[in-house]
Amino acid sequence: MKTNDLILQTVTKVATFVIVLFSIHIFFAGHYTPGGGFIGGLMTSSAIILLLLAFDLKTVKAILPVNYLLLVAVGLVFAVGTGTGALFFDAPFLTHAYHYFDLPLFGHTSLHTAVLFDTGVYLVVIGVTMTIIQTIGESE
Amino acid sequence: MFEIVLTLALFILTLSILISIYRLFKGPSMPDRVMALDSIGIHLISGVAILSVLFRSHAFLDIILLLGILSFIGTIAFARFIERGVVIERGNDQ
Repeated sequence: MKTNDLILQTVTKVATFVIVLFSIHIFFAGHYTPGGGFIGGLMTSSAIILLLLAFDLKTVKAILPVNYLLLVAVGLVFAVGTGTGALFFDAPFLTHAYHYFDLPLFGHTSLHTAVLFDTGVYLVVIGVTMTIIQTIGESE
Repeated sequence: MFEIVLTLALFILTLSILISIYRLFKGPSMPDRVMALDSIGIHLISGVAILSVLFRSHAFLDIILLLGILSFIGTIAFARFIERGVVIERGNDQ
């Protein structure tokens, strides 16, 4: 039976961008307000899950040609690399540093190396969640 | 006075959630139960909003949008399962 998903697909096309923007906001706001890499990664993967629900597995693989296992590896490299970077400055493993910079668009901004560690957490959470969902969805 | 009104609103919300839970247990068909779960999610959103006014804190405001998104995705997943039998379709080759 041929079914018609027009309303669901149209709503998904709008709502996915809202969810991704919210997840990016909640990722970058994690230092001063509730949020962080874990919940940001979960919200990004829930946006991809909404795409999976409205379309099918092949279409989403064509939209986002990402190898999620590779994404887990890249995230772990980010987290471990931020930790070992401290060893080059005669500091213990996983020591973080921050400084204030005058960026052209953002003004007086504090940049912290914990954001790089959080990026690793974000990528690992997306990779693990999407690997679980896709593996279960593909099996007969 | 204001806090009394907010607490009263929380009591009414709790009553409404209890009525939705009755529909969740009693509902004769599967779509009734899904609609009861969706209604409970929306009541939880308004409960979080009232609690964050009561606590004078804006730390919970992200949870409102979060619960809305999760309730939306969960209801769509249940609807897909009831209608098609699968939640995620594999491809367009069948």
